[in-house]
Amino acid sequence: MKGRGWVLLAVIGLALALTGAAGAQTTEPPSGQPPTEDEVNAIAKNMYCPVCENVPLDVCPTLACQQWRDQIREKLIEGWTEEQIHDYFVLQYGDRVLAAPPRSGLNWLIYIGPWVLIAAGAIMLARLLWRLRAPAAGPEPPPQPPANGPDDYRARLEAELKRRDLKD
Amino acid sequence: MSEQLEPTKDKAARKASPVGVALAWLVVLGLLAVVAIQLRATMQGGMGIGQPAPAFTLSLFDGGEIQSADLAGKVVVVNFWASWCAPCEEEAEELQMAWEIYEPGGEVVFLGVDYADTETLARAYLERFQITYPNGPDLGTRISQAFRIRGVPETYIIGRDGLMKYIKIGPFTTLSEILAAVDRALAE
Repeated sequence: MKGRGWVLLAVIGLALALTGAAGAQTTEPPSGQPPTEDEVNAIAKNMYCPVCENVPLDVCPTLACQQWRDQIREKLIEGWTEEQIHDYFVLQYGDRVLAAPPRSGLNWLIYIGPWVLIAAGAIMLARLLWRLRAPAAGPEPPPQPPANGPDDYRARLEAELKRRDLKD
Repeated sequence: MSEQLEPTKDKAARKASPVGVALAWLVVLGLLAVVAIQLRATMQGGMGIGQPAPAFTLSLFDGGEIQSADLAGKVVVVNFWASWCAPCEEEAEELQMAWEIYEPGGEVVFLGVDYADTETLARAYLERFQITYPNGPDLGTRISQAFRIRGVPETYIIGRDGLMKYIKIGPFTTLSEILAAVDRALAE
């Protein structure tokens, strides 16, 4: 019984060790497998080389861009994340390499500006609509004839015409 | 008369607050200023002869760094290059030969600025052409932006007074062309 217990414990221990090893293997990056073109291009498509302006790095045909893609591949093999690679390229070549400017300094204008303008436009539109609707909402007061308005004028006009008729 | 009073009242009610108007103008003027600054920078073009050379710091491949302020009183030859740049190869040997001529005198400093390049290939390029003058990457493309370069290779010769004396767009074709340009800057 005592011997069986030890055997059982050893089997359980071995099983746990193997499970742990298997688990550890799955968390490690695949070794010996270079990153595919798609993996490299997935990072490269969000970057621009300063030599070929307005051409994304993933489709840029120049030698300089090819070297940059190779560099991305090297960094991926070393286990770098996309963010680390972006940071490295910004450090080496400046913000211009990024497809979207970093959220810092005056760059915030680009991100906040459109929303501020949209909000301002929405407020103006809402005010305009409210103003247009406002008169229809309440009953309109009947127009008050002016004290010495049309009636007085008509009376004077008729009197003048009568006077002219009499003259004739 | 009273009919005329109604719209006047309405206009007064509709009139925006002065703070709002001032803010709106501020936003518009601010946006215009940003656009103007960007346009000015874009339209500025390259550097010109006689202009003060921009201040810069070059981090070297071999460690350490060189600050342009420390080179005051010397003629400085700043060469922008890259390992992917075929025309740069045409002048690489001549630049090294020129450096070997001026280095003992101590009056001229050659600096290589590696533009938008990868370090491994840049180092291989320096080794291939046996370049010994100080070289370093253009980190953040700050130096090339300060010099407003249009491409590589480009070479700028700064006089002892810190003013731009000579600008070469494209590669030097002969050693004598480099020597003539540097000697002219030395003579001034």
